[in-house]
Amino acid sequence: MALLIEQSLNGIQLGFMLFLLAAGLTLIFGIMGVINLAQGSLFMVGAYAAAVVATQTGSYVLAAIAGLAAAAIIGMAMEYLVIRRLYARDHLDQVLATFGLILFFNQMTVILFGRQPLFVRIPPLLDGSVHIVAGVYYPLYRLVIIGVGLLTALGLYILISRTRIGMLIRAGATNREMVRALGVDIRLLYTIVFGLGAMLAGLAGIMTGPISAVQVGMGEQVLILTFVVIVIGGVGSIRGAFVGALIVGIVDTLLRAFLPTLLRHMMASGSEADALAGGISAMGVYLLMAIVLLVRPKGLLPANG
Amino acid sequence: MNFVKSVAAAVVASCLAVPAMAQAPVKIGFITTLSGPGGYLGADARDAFQLAIDLGGGKLGGTPVQLVVEDDALKPGQGKEITERFMKNEKIKLFTGIIFSNVLAAVAPEVIDNDGVYVSLNAAPSNFAGKECNPNYFVVSWQNDTLHESAGQNATNLGFKKAFVLAPNYQAGKDAIAGFKRFFKGEIAGEIYTRLDQTDFAPEMAQIRAANPDVVFQFHPGGVGIAFARQYQQAGLLGTIPMVVAAPSLDSVILKAVGDAAQGVYVSSHWNADFDNASNKQFVAEFQKKYNRLPTAYAAQGYDAALAIGAALKGTGGKIDDLKAFRTAMLKADFASVRGAFKFGNNQHPVQDWYALRVEKGADGQLALVTKSKVLTNRSDFYAKDCKL
Amino acid sequence: MAETAPNPTQRSKPKNVRSRLLLAQLLVILVVLPYLANLIGQPALTSLATRIIILAIAAASLNLIMGYAGLASFGHAAWYGIGAYVVGILYRHSVSGDPLFGLPLGADQLLITLPAAIIVAGLFAAVFGALALRTSGVQFIMITLAFAQMIFFFFVALKAYGGDDGLIIRRRNALPFLDTRDGLTFYWICLTVAVVWYAILSRIVGSRFGRVLEGIRQSERRMAAMGVRTYGYKLVACIISGMGAGLAGALMANHMRFVSPDMMHWTQSGEFMFMVILGGSGTLLGPAFGAAGLIGLESLLAAWTENWQVILGPLLVLAILFTRGGLSGLARMIRGGARG
Repeated sequence: MALLIEQSLNGIQLGFMLFLLAAGLTLIFGIMGVINLAQGSLFMVGAYAAAVVATQTGSYVLAAIAGLAAAAIIGMAMEYLVIRRLYARDHLDQVLATFGLILFFNQMTVILFGRQPLFVRIPPLLDGSVHIVAGVYYPLYRLVIIGVGLLTALGLYILISRTRIGMLIRAGATNREMVRALGVDIRLLYTIVFGLGAMLAGLAGIMTGPISAVQVGMGEQVLILTFVVIVIGGVGSIRGAFVGALIVGIVDTLLRAFLPTLLRHMMASGSEADALAGGISAMGVYLLMAIVLLVRPKGLLPANG
Repeated sequence: MNFVKSVAAAVVASCLAVPAMAQAPVKIGFITTLSGPGGYLGADARDAFQLAIDLGGGKLGGTPVQLVVEDDALKPGQGKEITERFMKNEKIKLFTGIIFSNVLAAVAPEVIDNDGVYVSLNAAPSNFAGKECNPNYFVVSWQNDTLHESAGQNATNLGFKKAFVLAPNYQAGKDAIAGFKRFFKGEIAGEIYTRLDQTDFAPEMAQIRAANPDVVFQFHPGGVGIAFARQYQQAGLLGTIPMVVAAPSLDSVILKAVGDAAQGVYVSSHWNADFDNASNKQFVAEFQKKYNRLPTAYAAQGYDAALAIGAALKGTGGKIDDLKAFRTAMLKADFASVRGAFKFGNNQHPVQDWYALRVEKGADGQLALVTKSKVLTNRSDFYAKDCKL
Repeated sequence: MAETAPNPTQRSKPKNVRSRLLLAQLLVILVVLPYLANLIGQPALTSLATRIIILAIAAASLNLIMGYAGLASFGHAAWYGIGAYVVGILYRHSVSGDPLFGLPLGADQLLITLPAAIIVAGLFAAVFGALALRTSGVQFIMITLAFAQMIFFFFVALKAYGGDDGLIIRRRNALPFLDTRDGLTFYWICLTVAVVWYAILSRIVGSRFGRVLEGIRQSERRMAAMGVRTYGYKLVACIISGMGAGLAGALMANHMRFVSPDMMHWTQSGEFMFMVILGGSGTLLGPAFGAAGLIGLESLLAAWTENWQVILGPLLVLAILFTRGGLSGLARMIRGGARG
């Protein structure tokens, strides 16, 4: 029982981590119609900036600010120089141009910071475990990730449905020309939204730094999974990304956690069962995505319009 | 009479020496992985190889050599393309450098089927160690399985009875677990194959805790290993369940990135920076001087590969046209390995000693790998018996 | 592409002549190339050219669905990899003599392995295509990616055939009367296969079937309104495309004498898409130019500096941003500029 609770918590935590990543991607897609593969690079930028500042200054607050700022600034520069010219193009051109950006960012990181992964410590304040229920200890930092994910979801909800800028964003997504005719600088608005999306990726990078490795190519490892999340949830929908992320996180975790035991009961050879379980759980989320798409081709909660 | 003889000898010697001096440097094709997350492994091997050449004044074993480096980007196809270009356009016959076994599998047959020589400084998949061993294929590092056998033996020596094992779900991961089990005498409490691109190990940590083993053996090289070690500590397992790993899962680079989460981990390796022999002392000091960082085992292997090639070139007078002569010279392994004892087995893979290391805090407060004891002596590998050389 | 669509009858003749001329030039270059390569002391160029020709076959197959029918598949590498594995697995069994599925299968003859690879890849494309075609647009890109990832992970975990380390094919498949181990001979074989494949594609594109695909790309709803059952057409296009990729994979397995799951990684699918876009999607020869451009550039830059990706990345971005219709578009722009 304790194991089940702990594994479910793990699933939820992975879900929130995925949500942080997916939110930026789906925001950019939902509003500007751009598929940005280089979102993974912004994730890396955030992680690197935070790691470097944390090592240099020892301050985690400064590190977090630096990570967010670096991701947002580089994101906006990227929008200004490249993405802006892609709004009117097909998704394919967008995929490929941003694929080119990934190559550039990865190698640039190697040139600037070297090939060795960087070290980031968990802030001492957030280190340690919390006793949740009988016999279940859970790392505090992972609870913090869940918290940050929840706050981000709430923040995005308020921003989009309750503020003036959110109103403009929604209006711009529905009818770009009309908003422009009303005297709103839509190009600036898009740059800001892109910066916001980049900042979300940066945030995910900062949060990931202390639990996994800050290294070149860390963005692509999670990129594909992020795509699975937004496709399941419905491309362009933040609510969808939220639901999709939790589903993927929980399904993925539970498959990994309980499938081997299940198969071992059913099969004679333990080691073969383990290998098979590993294979199936690796395919699991993709299978899930395929099934969702076959039943609901637009995803679970598609963006309206 | 004596005079005539010595003059004749001098004339003959100078005739031999002249072409040797005018001889163009021997080109060595160095195909390795420099881009992507695995890039630091290739860079370390290359830097160490270059160091050996620089220390010899541009020569290996007295023969001038020229290193031609190219990035395979961890793509077997690209590796093969580079090989063909090197062989046909640049007439290179001597190859080394590859880190990953899938690239090696594409490149090595290309080299040896076209009368070239491949000297591996890292990757060594089982098929080339056993049935498909080849007279023109040498390995200076280890055979994949042996790494993990040493970890298994280490766990047995340390008196652990119940082990939990984890490795990525691919060939090298399965070999790792097979190798570990071969030498671990206790019981296996659980076995998990993780995903190749996995960075979050929380579910695995929960399972380890639930199984409550004496020891955990894991194989996750590179960045994934960093994530694993760190999450192991964060889950509060580090203090309660000891961890045993083989060298690639915890080199000095990973150690630096993992930090305190690595303290107390048992490592088994064929080389460590603190080995007390003259060759190693020189290597570690010069490497740090030149590159301003600690060498990893990949660097040590790169350096040894350069020395081994140097010894072979010395034996043949700098020629690699006569493959038989080159092979004979190579197999003598007449060089001062940074590992101490080193010789080639019948399958032209190393026969060497394996040591138990442990991560400890030094006097300066820095974590370092400290050599403790010998685990295996003169260990060849599991597949050597299948080799008919 | 869309701009050239109106008034096809009026423009088709000079365009046809020009493209025939281009084709003739290209063929002459390809025929002379191996001799030229030896002459300038770069004999490895032949092998590079072989690789490009093989990739051009796969890219052209992708172009059939992506360029003509407007179905952007992000999983094309899966069929390519399956074709390669068919060759690898058949070879493995022909050497070891172990039965495959309980049958004494196993082959090392190109005349057997190539058709086998084409058929198996086509079958897989039929099954997965039938499912994937229920979606469209971005979702189609993603579902094809998902299927390809599933197949990728399957082969990574397939220990019996080498798993992640792949399968080594020590000898190329044989062909009667020819020595396939000779690089030049193999180059001729690949070139011949490529020419035949491009000719077939050209016939398909020019047929009623091809025009229906074109119509589907422009407006699927219109085609449906005209009473065309678009699903069937798209599925057949997917199958043909998968067969072409399988063919390319089988040739590549022979060329490299090595197969690994790496061949079906999503970045490989991305590269195929790149070749199509770079060369100009929806043009017959575009993918060939795209393959040559991308692989040539990669090899050139990688030989020059280890930081080649820093240069290649922005170059690709620039190519997408400023040359509409890829390299063919660029050529058209230059020619247009010179004339005007």
